[in-house]
Formats: sequence, structure tokens, C-alpha cells
Amino acid sequence: MQEKVIRTQGIYPEFPRKGPSPAPSATHYCPGCGHGVIHKLIAEALADANLQDRTIVISPVGCAVFAYYYFDAGNIQVAHGRAPAVATGVSRATDQIVLAYQGDGDLASIGLNETLQAANRGEKICVFFVNNTVYGMTGGQMAPTTLVGEKTVTCPDGRDPLTQGYPLHMCELISSLKAPVFVERVSVSDIAHIRKARAAIRKAIDIQREGKGYCFIEVLSPCPTNLGKASATDNVKWINEQMEKEFPLGNFRDLTATAETIVRPASDFSKDTLDRLFHLDELAETAQDNDASFRPVQVKIAGFGGQGVLSLGTMLSQAAQLAGKQTSWYPSYGPEQRGGTSNCSVHISTQPIGSPVVYNPDLLVAMNRPSLEKFKHDVRPGGVIMYDAIMGEVDIPEGVKGVAVPAQQLADEAGNERGANTIMFGVMLALGITGLPESAFKDALAAAFAKKPKLIPINVAVLDHAARWVRENVR
Amino acid sequence: MATTLVKGNKAVVIGALYAGADCFFGYPITPASEILAEASNLFPKVGRKFVQAESEEASINMCYGAASTGHRVFTASSGPGISLMQEAISYMAGAELPAVVVDVMRAGPGLGNIGPEQGDYNQVVKGGGHGNYKPIVLAPNSVQEMGDFTRRAFDLADKWRTPVYVLADGVLGQMIEPFTFPEQAVEPKADTAWAVNGTADTRQNLVTSIFLNFDQLEDFNNRLQHKYERIAAEEQDCETLNCDDADTILVAYGISSRIAKTAMDQARAQGRKVGLFRPITLNPFPKDALAQLAQQPRSFVCVEMSNGQMADDVRLAIGCSRPVSLVSRLGGNLITLAQVLQGIDQAANR
Repeated sequence: MQEKVIRTQGIYPEFPRKGPSPAPSATHYCPGCGHGVIHKLIAEALADANLQDRTIVISPVGCAVFAYYYFDAGNIQVAHGRAPAVATGVSRATDQIVLAYQGDGDLASIGLNETLQAANRGEKICVFFVNNTVYGMTGGQMAPTTLVGEKTVTCPDGRDPLTQGYPLHMCELISSLKAPVFVERVSVSDIAHIRKARAAIRKAIDIQREGKGYCFIEVLSPCPTNLGKASATDNVKWINEQMEKEFPLGNFRDLTATAETIVRPASDFSKDTLDRLFHLDELAETAQDNDASFRPVQVKIAGFGGQGVLSLGTMLSQAAQLAGKQTSWYPSYGPEQRGGTSNCSVHISTQPIGSPVVYNPDLLVAMNRPSLEKFKHDVRPGGVIMYDAIMGEVDIPEGVKGVAVPAQQLADEAGNERGANTIMFGVMLALGITGLPESAFKDALAAAFAKKPKLIPINVAVLDHAARWVRENVR
Repeated sequence: MATTLVKGNKAVVIGALYAGADCFFGYPITPASEILAEASNLFPKVGRKFVQAESEEASINMCYGAASTGHRVFTASSGPGISLMQEAISYMAGAELPAVVVDVMRAGPGLGNIGPEQGDYNQVVKGGGHGNYKPIVLAPNSVQEMGDFTRRAFDLADKWRTPVYVLADGVLGQMIEPFTFPEQAVEPKADTAWAVNGTADTRQNLVTSIFLNFDQLEDFNNRLQHKYERIAAEEQDCETLNCDDADTILVAYGISSRIAKTAMDQARAQGRKVGLFRPITLNPFPKDALAQLAQQPRSFVCVEMSNGQMADDVRLAIGCSRPVSLVSRLGGNLITLAQVLQGIDQAANR
């Protein structure tokens, strides 16, 4: 009579990744462990659906750390608890089938955040959660799913809810979220239970094949080594009677009928697309000005948040760039900004710019009194301070020229009440401090309002009004 | 050449897009957050993949996943977030995965503040996580280099199958300068020899960092060290300015090198013989060029916003053969020109 050998499909025939072994087709799992059964159910489902070429299995940390010895598919081994995050990266990059296989410590303790967040995003992955109420690999410590009263190495008198809390119910947690498509708790305690587990696993794999979204299968499973039961039958009894009481079996979510295939777009790497994305065809060609006789200009602009201090700085920097100069803009950022005052430094030069910070400005634009007081003594001898005339009487340091600009009044006159900083921009132009041509100022203004072109004429009017004011009022 | 004004953090994203980065995974943190925001806006517009992760642990592990598939992937953060990422970066080094991590440094330790500092040097350049590994580290000092070095980081990551850092600081991230767009765009191909990307030809591949056998793990570690030696031999990069006749050489990277350059220019204008040595790769540290300079009697003044973390590498590189001093500010303060000039004076009067 010919011997009939039934080979498990989807599992390697032998396990060379284990290293040299007298039993090359024996797993590393303890006799009676549930992992072997669960591996087999998943692997056969993959093989039957002809998905092994398309599938990537994530091995966790825990007893299943070596799941990659067995699954005949792409394999990735990852850090403790991070499988759902890694699975997210794999899934987004490849759009293939990704299975995360995790134990209770890995998934529900150190990896609880990743578990819930990946589920909540509805990642196109399937998470297999093997719940045996105990840390296996590290030697039987209390797990987040350890039952009340259950003894482990780290709760030797039994889990006490007063000090150790209660078991975490993962299916219940996951099914409280909107995105998951399929959530079911099964058991592999005995043949009848394994049949139901098989059906649930196949369904989850099928959902992955169709790309419909997130699946979570919790499997109650025996740990014969660490649960301390006398026999295999005791294990079965304990799972069926004790564990099931705490973790009721059944389906918690099944949206298979309504869930639609999630389609991820293909990545576009072409240069043309990128150039279009950044509107490179609209960028003006600027001839680099290397004139060594150009005197570098350093400007500090300061004021309250909301006065357009930072945008005035970027407009100036933009004007410099359009005029072919080297330039840098550097803001004060963070709490100072939120605390009410902000400032920025602008360099304009024809030579490479060193430090982007302006310590001793040629021009200080002070939009409020605190800014004026803070920076006025830093201004270089022979430099200029432009300040808002609304401040009234101010002390300008000797050797520095002060220009009081009625910025708000001029902006109102020009018909743009929000144009006080553009007035300052126009005064800068008219005073000629920056050494930049008028065209650069107007081009910069146009660039600043490129997204709201309707506002360009009114702002040009503001700029012209400021220049006129300088001609008539400043000597 | 298409040139426009760009913020440093945005230049990183532009560089990454032209480098063929397929995925970005990140978590908000000042002063790196614009990278996350720009990626969220730009990546989906060209079908690239973006996820705002639940934590830095998650974002770097998403990177681990995408890197395992051979796709180009990166993340960005600042000190506190980089600390959280160290676990997975160690795993990436152990699994020999290519990925790019951008660190826009802020002031620490602990929550510190969001001002610029260079105190992440040790945790980035020396490895930072557990085990005997060293990532490649590039240090830009301009907005242009924020983009260019990010592109270069992807090439180095693929070439050496290792995580590569772009180590920037709050100033470089926040400042705006003219930026010239790349002339080429990379169309990356996954290396099917090792990647696991859900295809028939990669089905037999495995990405892992576990070696149960002590001797095997030792062999692997030795192989890694050999790789690092080759990286040290081939990839050292630096910029030297006015070093030939200098009796004092400023050593600085990142934004501090810009301040040092201004100080050097001013000192030269006063007739002082001052040079600037700027490490571009912090790992491998450009020790060969520095050791060469140390053959002449001269002193080295390190200008860095840390407690001398890079200065230690300068001393190592020159075998403590010349005086090495430190000009430093901490806590989010920038080093001033006056400080550097004073440091030059002190070095000369020693």
C-alpha cells in the first residue's frame, strides 16, 4: 500500500532558516502549542487563494518571532509591538497583501497604540492576534489578557484587578472603531473550534484579496508550557470554559457586503510632473548679479504678530532674488511669535551670505514700540530706522536716521486698510536703502499675491502712494 | 535653471520628491513640522504615499516597512522625536535597510525648547540606538543643501543599505533662501535581490535583524564594521576655506559654519590667518583631511551649538596633536560673531 503524505500548503516543506537541525521539518514551537495550528490555517488559506506571491507576513517579537521560518511568502521580522506600523508602511508602498501576526504582549501591551491606530486608519492589512493570556517567549509573565486570578510568573498569587487591572478585550476595542471591516474572535482549542477558526481566517484572507480593508482575527490558543495545566485536555477545558467566559467567541464586525475595494494611486516619478507641480515654467529667469561693488544690506523687521512683519521680510527677500542678488530670510519662530512680537532678518548681497542672522542692521523696520526699543541700539551708525508714526515721540540713537511713517493712515488713503506693511515696503523702495530697482519691488509684490491676482493692482497703488509720500515728506 | 525662494524644510521635501521618495511617514514637532505639512500636501499630488503617524515610533516603523519593500522612504523630526526613533533605526541598521531620516535639531535635553541647537550630534552620529552600528550623516548649511543633501542621502542609503541622516537645525529648517530645483528626477527601482515587496521574485526574501547563533551574529557585526570601514574610506566629505596658510582653523558644521564663515571673513579682513573646515559628512567624519591639516602647527577652534560633541571627534581625528578649543552656545541661542572672533583671539594667544 502506498503511503499517503498530506503536505501543508503555504508552509515551506522544510525549515532551513532554523539552522542545522536533526528534524528539519519540525517547528520550534512546544508540543501542543496553538501557533502551529494557526500557521497552518493561514498558510493553507493563502495557498488555496494562490496569494503567496502577493503576500508579505510580518513576524512579531514573542514566540512567533520565527514565523518567517514557516510561511512560504515574503517575510519581514520587526520590533516588539510595531507590526501594524510596519504593515502600514509595507501596504502603502506595495499595495499588496500584508498579514501581521502578533501575540498578546506584543499586540495589546507594548503595541497597543500601533494596533488601535492602524485599525482606526482602516489599513489594508489583516492582523492575527494570538491570545494565550501569557508572555511565552520570555517565560510566562502576566499579559494584558491574563485572566483575573490567573497565576503567572509575575502575578504569582493570581492577577489582582486592584493592582494589575483587568484583561483587555481587543475585539471589543477594535470593533468600537468605524474603519475595521471584519473583526472576529475564534479559538483553536479543539477540532470543532478549529473548523470555525478556519472559516474566519479564510474570510479575512479573502477580504485582503479584494483589498477591502482592515481585518482583525483574535485566536484563543493554548500555551501548554506556561499555563501550567496538567494535560492537553486540561488546556482545552480551560480555554473553552475559562477563557471563553472572559473572551466570548463570535463575530464582532462584518462589513464585507458593503465595503469597497480601496484603490491606492500609482506613484508618479516623472520630472515633468514634478516641474509642473512646482510651476517651474512660471519662474522668472534671473541673471545672477556678481557685482562686487554692491554694498550688502542687512535688514531687521520687527513688530506684533499679525502686522505682516514676516511677510514684509519675505517680499524684500523675494525682490532681492528677482534682482539676481543673494538673499536670506530668517524668522524668529515659536513661542516668541505666539507671545505677540516677531521679527525677521533679511540679507541682500552679491556675495554668498554667511550667518543669516542680522545683528547690526543697516535698516530697522519697527512696527511697534517694544520692537523699536529692543533693536534700535543695534542699528549700524549711518543706518536708518523706519517706525510707525503712531508711536509718537521716540528716541532715535545718535548717528542713525529715523523716519516716522504713518503707515496705517497711508494704507487707508490708498484704499487698503490691511496694507501697512506694503506701505513700509514702498518707503523702503523710495528711500533707496536696499539698492534694489523699483521693478524688483513690483515683481516681488506680484509674486506675493500670485494666488490672489485681484489684489495686485491695489497693492501696487499702495506701493506708489508710499513712494509719493517719501518724495513729499522725507529729505 | 529654475530658482526661487524656498524655506529650508520645504527644500527637504522637494529634494526627496526629485530623489524618487515614494513614501513619507511623520509626526508633528517644531521646528521640523513644515516637512510633514509640505509632504502631506505634495506627496498625494503625485501619487506618492503620506501618512501622519500616531507617534515617532510608528512613523519610523512605517519607514522600516516601506524600506523593507525597497521603496524610497523618509521621515523627519527633531531631538525628542529622534530619541523615540532610535529603536527602529537600530533595527534598520541590523536589517540593512535604506531609509532617510531628517533631524531638524532643537535645544535639549528633555523637552528643552524649540530654538536651534546641535546637541543631537552624539545620538545621531554615534548610532544612538543599541548595537554596533553607525548611520551615514550629512550636514547641510544652506537651503540649497537641505534639498541637495536629502537627494544625496537617498542615493547613499541605497548604495550602502543603511539608514542615512540629514542633520540640520532649527535655523536651516526655518530660513528662506534661493533654491535651484534639481535637473533630474530619479525613477527608483526596488532591489529585488533583498527587498520584500509582494512579488513572485521577492517571495523568498527575508528582512530581519535576528541572529540566534552567537557566532553568526558576530560574523554579521564584523561584516557591518567592514562596511563602515569602506564607507569611511569612500564617503568622507568636507569643505575647506582659506585653510592652507591658516594658523587658526575654525571647525563647524550646519548653521554654525555660516556664522564661522562670516567670522573668518572679518578676521581675514583684519589680516588674521583664519581658515574654515566644514565637515559635510559627520559620519564618516572627514578625519583624513583634518589630520592632514593638523600636520602643520596651528590651532583648531570648534564652533558648535553643543557642549563639544563634535569637538571630541576633532580631537580624535587629529590624535590630540594640536590645541582644540570650543566656542559654544546652548539652550536655543545662536553663536555670535563676537564670540567666534574672541575664540580666534584666545586660540592665538595661547
